[in-house]
Amino acid sequence: MVKKRKLSVSQGLIYLVLSAWALSTIYPFFWVIVNSFKEKRYIRSDTFALPLGEMFTLDNYRTAFERVDILGAYRNSLIISITVTAVVVLLAGFAAYAMARYRFRGRRALQGLIIASMMFPVFSTIIPVFRMLYLWGLVRFESVFYSLLCVSLPQIAGNLSFAIVVLTGYIRSIPVEMEEAAYLEGYNVFQIFFRIVWPLGRPSFATVAIFTFLWSYNDLFTQMFFLRNKRTYSITRLLAEISSQAGVNYGLMVAAVVLVVVPVLLVYILLQKNIIKGMTVGALKG
Amino acid sequence: MNNSTIYKRKAPLAVFLIPAFAFMAVFLYYPFVRNIVNSVSKISGLGTASEGINTPWYKNFVQLFTDEKLRTAFGNTMLLMLFTIVFQVGIALVLALLVDNIRRGAGFFRTVYFFPIVISATALGLLFNLIFLYNGGMLNQLLLDLGWVKEAIDWKSEKYYMFTMLLPVMWQYVGFYFVILVTGLNNISPELYEAAAIDGASGLQRVTRITLPLLHNTLCICLTLAITGALKVFDLPWVMMGQGMPMDRSWLLGTYMYQQTFNVGDVDYGSAIAIVLVVLGVAISQLANAIFKEKEY
Repeated sequence: MVKKRKLSVSQGLIYLVLSAWALSTIYPFFWVIVNSFKEKRYIRSDTFALPLGEMFTLDNYRTAFERVDILGAYRNSLIISITVTAVVVLLAGFAAYAMARYRFRGRRALQGLIIASMMFPVFSTIIPVFRMLYLWGLVRFESVFYSLLCVSLPQIAGNLSFAIVVLTGYIRSIPVEMEEAAYLEGYNVFQIFFRIVWPLGRPSFATVAIFTFLWSYNDLFTQMFFLRNKRTYSITRLLAEISSQAGVNYGLMVAAVVLVVVPVLLVYILLQKNIIKGMTVGALKG
Repeated sequence: MNNSTIYKRKAPLAVFLIPAFAFMAVFLYYPFVRNIVNSVSKISGLGTASEGINTPWYKNFVQLFTDEKLRTAFGNTMLLMLFTIVFQVGIALVLALLVDNIRRGAGFFRTVYFFPIVISATALGLLFNLIFLYNGGMLNQLLLDLGWVKEAIDWKSEKYYMFTMLLPVMWQYVGFYFVILVTGLNNISPELYEAAAIDGASGLQRVTRITLPLLHNTLCICLTLAITGALKVFDLPWVMMGQGMPMDRSWLLGTYMYQQTFNVGDVDYGSAIAIVLVVLGVAISQLANAIFKEKEY
């Protein structure tokens, strides 16, 4: 009896500590959402109050949509991230399939190159990439199409190595008998890839896709280099701009933060199992 | 590795491999090598051609040693790395050990702890700017309401800037190491704990004698990740502490490299700083791995 009592006290303590950290990760987001519905002046005087009665307003969002092109920025972000994700998943899938199934000379060397490239910080490649794209005539800040393209290309390259590592591991774990059966049916390797490997590997392809998408959506560094014109801003780039220019309009700031965070929040809640798995598998990428 | 007849014919290999590796060759490998060349060249603007080799060629590397802001950036980055290892991994370890002892809600805590990682550091930077705001920020309001301080604290002043810069970075990634460590804990066989319980081991003994030794390799991975991760930190400090405020005190290698390349226009010097980042990452993680060797069990 005594022992049981002691156990539940320690359990209670454990839950207390764990909940305290949980509070630290939930509360800031709750707080920013609550404050986005308050009139500006209350944010800095009654920050902990709920936006009820006369405090409640939608003005912050109205200002956000009027002052800056939020919808355009969402569109640009989606174009970049979807392009990057689609290309990465396809090319990495191909490469991973080859790395997992074929034996060929130089395979080990390629493996080494893939691992090595996960160590390159984007800082060390971005300047030559910029210069190269500039020489090719692709750096045109006033053009939405070219600016988005310039962001997408290095982002694709930056995500490939991680994606290949994750997918190679997964494809290797698929029993090869399925592919052999398909081969006897007369499938060629490309049909095998699209009709056998792809469907079987769907969970890991999904993991890679979600991860690539989020990484691309959130990556400020590359976007700072290529998105200079307001019309080309992605949502993350726009947010960085607002932070340096909003001055004392804290209402606008909170609303902007919420507008950036909410889509990610929704994606996360829906797909969190895949995301957490992918992030830890891709841990090496850092 | 299999030897299946399907994969004897090597022709399709080219189709599978060339697109991905061409991409990486053009946008990763070539630029990486090019960056090394850049660091000894003279380049006066982003996107402009090199005007030849610096005289002497190691000029930038000499400058690294005399540049006081770089010294600040280096010191701050090392401090950040130390804090990352001690607090991020430390807090994550404590939380992971605790979660290992509860029966319900582990999944909930994992989801909640991991959440800040998927949020862009830009958004978090703005969020923390509002929390640390001098005039009416969340923290100052809280401290004033509680009566713990008499007047608002300037969180970005010379006295507090380090705390203000490090706290959000620490906080964001605890969940990341937490998930890795929990995965490591789940791989420890429960039979070991049962055996220990029969032998009369106390809770603390179980942690120090079984859990921590068996978690050694996982902790090594965390250590490597913390080292390389700390060198890559850019967005959060850039949004919160742009231009090295206060008074050039808060530079990190990442933000300083961006500043030199972009706002100062010293592209070749920026390239040299980038090389420092790579060299530090490889050297320190190798050193750490040599000290805490991975063990076979």
